[in-house]
Amino acid sequence: MTDTALQKPWADAERQRVATQFGVWMFLATETLFFGGIFLFYTVSRIENSAGFMAGARHTDVWFGSINTVVLLTSSLTMAIAERAVRIGAVPLARAMYFATIALGLCFVTVKGFEYWKDVSEHLLPGRDFPIAQTGASEFWAFYWTVTVVHAIHLTIGLGIVARMLLIPRDQLAARWTTAEGTALYWHLVDVVWVFLYPLLYLAGR
Amino acid sequence: MTREERHHVLVKPLRIFAALMALLTLTILYAFVPGLPFKTEAGLGIALAKALLIALLFMQLKGASGIVRIAAVAGLVWAGFLYVLTFADLLTR
Amino acid sequence: MTETPEAGLLAREPGERNYLTDGTTVRSWLLTTDHKRIALLYAAGITFFFFLGGAAATLIRAELVTPKGDLLSADTYNRVFTLHGVIMVWFFLVPSIPTTLGNFLLPLMIGADEVAYPKLNLFSWYLWLSGGLLTLFALLAGGVDTGWTFYTPFSTLYSNSHVLLAAAGVFVAGFSSIATGINFLATIHLLRAKGMTWMRLPLFAWSMYTTSLVMVLATPVLAMALLLVFAERAFGMPIFDPRSGGDPILFQHLFWFYSHPAVYIMVLPAMGVVSEVIACEARRRVFGYEFMVYAMLMIALIGFMVWGHHMFVSGQSPFASLVFSALSFVIAVPSAIKVFNWTGTLYRGQIRFSTPMLYALGFVGLFTLGGLTGLFLASLPVDVELTDTYFVTAHFHYIMVGGSVSAFFAGLHFWWPKITGRMYSETMGKFAAVSMFFGFNFTFFPQFILGYMGMPRRYHEYPPEFQPWQVMSSTGAVVLAFAYLWPLFYLTWSLVKGPRADDNPHDATGLEWQTSSPPPTGNFNTPPVVTEAPYGYHPQGFAPHSAAPTEQAQTP
Repeated sequence: MTDTALQKPWADAERQRVATQFGVWMFLATETLFFGGIFLFYTVSRIENSAGFMAGARHTDVWFGSINTVVLLTSSLTMAIAERAVRIGAVPLARAMYFATIALGLCFVTVKGFEYWKDVSEHLLPGRDFPIAQTGASEFWAFYWTVTVVHAIHLTIGLGIVARMLLIPRDQLAARWTTAEGTALYWHLVDVVWVFLYPLLYLAGR
Repeated sequence: MTREERHHVLVKPLRIFAALMALLTLTILYAFVPGLPFKTEAGLGIALAKALLIALLFMQLKGASGIVRIAAVAGLVWAGFLYVLTFADLLTR
Repeated sequence: MTETPEAGLLAREPGERNYLTDGTTVRSWLLTTDHKRIALLYAAGITFFFFLGGAAATLIRAELVTPKGDLLSADTYNRVFTLHGVIMVWFFLVPSIPTTLGNFLLPLMIGADEVAYPKLNLFSWYLWLSGGLLTLFALLAGGVDTGWTFYTPFSTLYSNSHVLLAAAGVFVAGFSSIATGINFLATIHLLRAKGMTWMRLPLFAWSMYTTSLVMVLATPVLAMALLLVFAERAFGMPIFDPRSGGDPILFQHLFWFYSHPAVYIMVLPAMGVVSEVIACEARRRVFGYEFMVYAMLMIALIGFMVWGHHMFVSGQSPFASLVFSALSFVIAVPSAIKVFNWTGTLYRGQIRFSTPMLYALGFVGLFTLGGLTGLFLASLPVDVELTDTYFVTAHFHYIMVGGSVSAFFAGLHFWWPKITGRMYSETMGKFAAVSMFFGFNFTFFPQFILGYMGMPRRYHEYPPEFQPWQVMSSTGAVVLAFAYLWPLFYLTWSLVKGPRADDNPHDATGLEWQTSSPPPTGNFNTPPVVTEAPYGYHPQGFAPHSAAPTEQAQTP
């Protein structure tokens, strides 16, 4: 069992662990409500303007979406290994997995970039040149752009949080296992949000 | 690393990942095979299964202390209030 | 640093170290992780915003003295009442008691030496400040004219004002709320002293717990509502735009899902303060402690299910309106239980009409009146008549100003000796409290009458028959303004010239009074151990006017 680097005001490791988990999960609860708000917009719009909304949804590129889903699920794997490796003190494995997670995250952002470029070239930005006339189609694409940008921002923040783990000196990493747990929880949330977005964006109306 | 550690650190996460990949394959197939019923429900149901795997196993909710589990569920319950009462309006207009 | 601090402004005796003397550089304040210092940082900020919002109120009341719109144009008037609402809600009332009294007292009351996440606490202040600066910038750039409610499609498609800046400011400040909430929840769950069980917690601690639940679970939805407004206005994303199939009422659902619970964020802490002050100044245990706790929990929970009562005339379905109306009646019950229990606490008490007690008693009366008028508004047919009139304005000002602001002043005065180590002039304090009560009623009671007579809210012009009531209201506002400014004077004076305070000048129970005034940085010299229920102001079964303590429990 490794030592724990205790932070104020925690007097023992188990309390600090529960405090970290509790604090991060409370934050994740706020994220559930935050994304819940925009998922409500999706649901309302899909019910009110069903035909047009689904017509808009059919223009997403399921290849880009699926590749990104694989990428993000894999990054959850590497993150899960990293967190467990920190716990047992396997520092080189942990660091390698953190690097892999960041690499996969950057891969996601890159794929997204290509996808956005394709979407823009097809004029799928609501506005004057939007190609689908049915009411509801542009609402779908309003959802698409807003939610994927917000998700990407969360992912980018996640990259920073993971990078922070790599800045911890190797000899102190094992003692910072509660920080590793908190970091992993945030990263997995970014993945869970995408897990729900994927069918809503890419499998709707097929 | 001991054999037990390797199991916990590598094998278990890999098994969960395999399950996630299987679910992803299932959801794509179900969406694209024509004529299958309840596609939306299936897609969301499979997403829920994936999310539960991630939450309970990757995020280690299975085995977390009581207040941590309540914190995890609270967001969903409260989002539930938002949805139920908003739809009480929307569906009865 | 080994210098011995002198008994200057900050300490009672030469050599005494407390949280004020430990570090006197600007850096030690701006980078502090001491919850007591962070409380003072917040206090400075909310004082500034209170007077800024108050300046807007002054302009409003000045304009409304005459029926014609002669002081401000219609457009400027819109910007002034929007500023008043945005500032007072998000930059004064929501933070007020939790970030100042809550931050300062919560760890002390539960016997802890810090909050759960001290660095997050400091970060929350910077977040709040950044939100405030963005909003100030929106004001200086010309303001916003949508009302604090930002209703679509006006805010997203038609308003020619700085909606984006103001929305961004509130968005950022919201994260500060969430951070504070998470901090307090973890603190109460995980840092209570030995023997401090849940049902021994002071009611102020319970009020911080329930308030934090609301802050954490409501604010994210506001954040998304504002983000969607931003997306529609800045990037042309069709979300609420009816021309693209959008639903403007969806914005209202998202907005009020937060903004109704927000009023409980503003009142639950006030209820906590009032319980502490009344118990101490009446020398009585709180009547029905358990029900006081359950009432606060019920208010926090049911508060999330009533938001549609702000939307009765918006186009919401009659069925939903019925559900929301029924639930709004239900939520009156726990508040009423609390009012009965405060009254029960006073019964047979040995009441000291000190400054905090005057404010606390004022709260009970004004909150009751405000709450009862809420029932008028919860009733569908009556609300159709009264909605968007001054009746609504009077209702919420009775609770938020007559209630929460009075309670804030009660708490400020009650704990002033603990926070600053000084006593203020009781005479001046009582004078301010009485002025506030009279000034408040003169300002806002006429507004119930105006609303009943049909005066719409947010209008700067009105038919001449409303003028007498408007003049009464504006005159009352002058007295109210004095009542708010006067404490600035005598409280500041007390900092420099006030007599030094003892550890426990009110002879109150509660762990915060077991440590010095002001407390040391680590809060307690030895970690406290709790062995009794709170509010031990008299033995069980003791009736103050009988000769000796009785064996049996008191019967009414």
